[in-house]
Amino acid sequence: MKKLFMVLTLACLMSPARALEPPADVKAVDTPNDEGSSITVSWGRSPQDQGDATVFKGYQVLRAENANGPFAEVGFVICGKSDFRDNVESHKNYYYQVRAIAFSDSSQAIAAGPATATAQWFDSSRGNVLILTIIICFLIIWYIERAKKGEELFIRKIQGLDAIDEAVGRSTELGKPIMFSFGLGEIKDIVTVAALAILRQVAVRCAQHGTELLVPNWDPLVMAAAQETVQQAYSEPGRPDLYKEGNVSFLTSDQFGYAAGVDGMMLRQKPGAVFFMGYFYAEALLMSETGHSIGAIQIAGTTAITQLPFFIASCDYTLIGEEMLAASCYLKRDPQLLGSLKGEDFIKAFLIIGFALMAVWGTAGYILNNAGNPWMMDIFQAVKNWFITG
Amino acid sequence: MMQIIGTWIAAGLTLAIFSFLYKDNPFYKFAEHLYVGVSAAYAILYVFYFDVKPLLYEKFLTEQGAEKWILFFPAAFGLIMLARWIPKISWLSRWSIALTVGIAAGLGITGQIQGILLPQIRGTLVPLTSVNNVIMVIGVIATLVYFYFSIAHKGAVKHGARLGMVFIMVAFGASFGYTVMARISLLIGRLHFLVYEWLHLVK
Repeated sequence: MKKLFMVLTLACLMSPARALEPPADVKAVDTPNDEGSSITVSWGRSPQDQGDATVFKGYQVLRAENANGPFAEVGFVICGKSDFRDNVESHKNYYYQVRAIAFSDSSQAIAAGPATATAQWFDSSRGNVLILTIIICFLIIWYIERAKKGEELFIRKIQGLDAIDEAVGRSTELGKPIMFSFGLGEIKDIVTVAALAILRQVAVRCAQHGTELLVPNWDPLVMAAAQETVQQAYSEPGRPDLYKEGNVSFLTSDQFGYAAGVDGMMLRQKPGAVFFMGYFYAEALLMSETGHSIGAIQIAGTTAITQLPFFIASCDYTLIGEEMLAASCYLKRDPQLLGSLKGEDFIKAFLIIGFALMAVWGTAGYILNNAGNPWMMDIFQAVKNWFITG
Repeated sequence: MMQIIGTWIAAGLTLAIFSFLYKDNPFYKFAEHLYVGVSAAYAILYVFYFDVKPLLYEKFLTEQGAEKWILFFPAAFGLIMLARWIPKISWLSRWSIALTVGIAAGLGITGQIQGILLPQIRGTLVPLTSVNNVIMVIGVIATLVYFYFSIAHKGAVKHGARLGMVFIMVAFGASFGYTVMARISLLIGRLHFLVYEWLHLVK
């Protein structure tokens, strides 16, 4: 017995240490749903990789343009992981090797390839985005067509719109100009496009009353669009002679430089009414406080959630978020604008009903699930998971 | 020496801007005009050196084939913006504006759906198993009712919209407090500069 124990002990001591096993089933494939700029290398973890970084370091990924090399390291993946995305040139063959690395040892390299990165026309993980886009576009186009046919589409009155006439009238009585600011909105922002529709309305009123309109701009493209809008608006009541291109001017593209310039203009020209319509950042309160200090009627409208509280605190009327877009529809009654708003309203109605029904369904599912019957909860989760974006 | 001069200029301009808190005055006017002028000039140089030169001029010199000649399109659209100076052909500039708005709208639709609409819908689909979930679902529905423009705010809709407005105002109140804290930290930054770097009152 004693001899047997000694033989076994000796055998254990003399046997070689277990060699580090390489990763298994190494694959290199074109990354799906991308623009053709990467290859994804994946592998089965080495049996020694138990996710413990103190024992097993990870995997070294090497790349070459020929099957025979030379291979160069392109990445290192820590233990517990089993894939690596390599950024490469498109339409070019690449070969890969992956080897396991421990602190005292490294495994043999396992090869894969060739793989070529190519762009995909469609991102299949965003099918839900495509379906929603089609539904939304269909609804909007459908409502636009209805509006074009002259169908009366109801839009509720937006609070604060009457104030536009009131503000222009008061400025005219006082013999003061009116100021209109787009903030830091760019021409590509939908809120700026909506603000242009409101500017048009304000400019028409100014032309009718012979009131001066000042539009200092932060963005040169917005300035160009504003000049066009104001010029056309002055022509509508037959007063193109009152239009002064210099009144719709560019100040600067610096945020606080713009705020300082607008503040200075307010203090010196003392407008009777100030409109803040567009997208605003930290300059919102600086400008609206100055407008308040000179006693101007202030009407604001923005989709900038962080600045709305400041406008509500410092302005006489504030159009909140989509109210501003609705205001431009209400004022202009343009079929495109009306159709867009009605299409959005349809989606909102669908969401209101959907949220309420799903809340009830989910609650019932939760109760049934706790009682051992998961079918309602499974459907609830499936619906919820459909909204995951790729 | 230059650093000391720079600190004095910065401190002087800071005080000139702060003098606005008293009333409009020549110091503020000077600082304001300097700021507006310098920032406008800087913006022009920035656009030239970071947009026009590397993305248009240098690319045209280095690119080959179709990628070289396709640069003519943005260059042409940029140039026709200058047509605004010539009244007879000023309408050409509308093409550039239309292109910019069109591209932004097209990209914006999918961006908004993927980045905002879908995550928000998913986040709102919750069972009513906690007070938080109940408040969130009611808040979202009531706020949607407020922003529903196809029905007049009368009867039950009026109450729903009013509840929505309460939720909106609570959110704005929280945002207001949070942003005020950030603004105060900006003020502290300027005061820190004046006290530590300019006056050296605190070592």
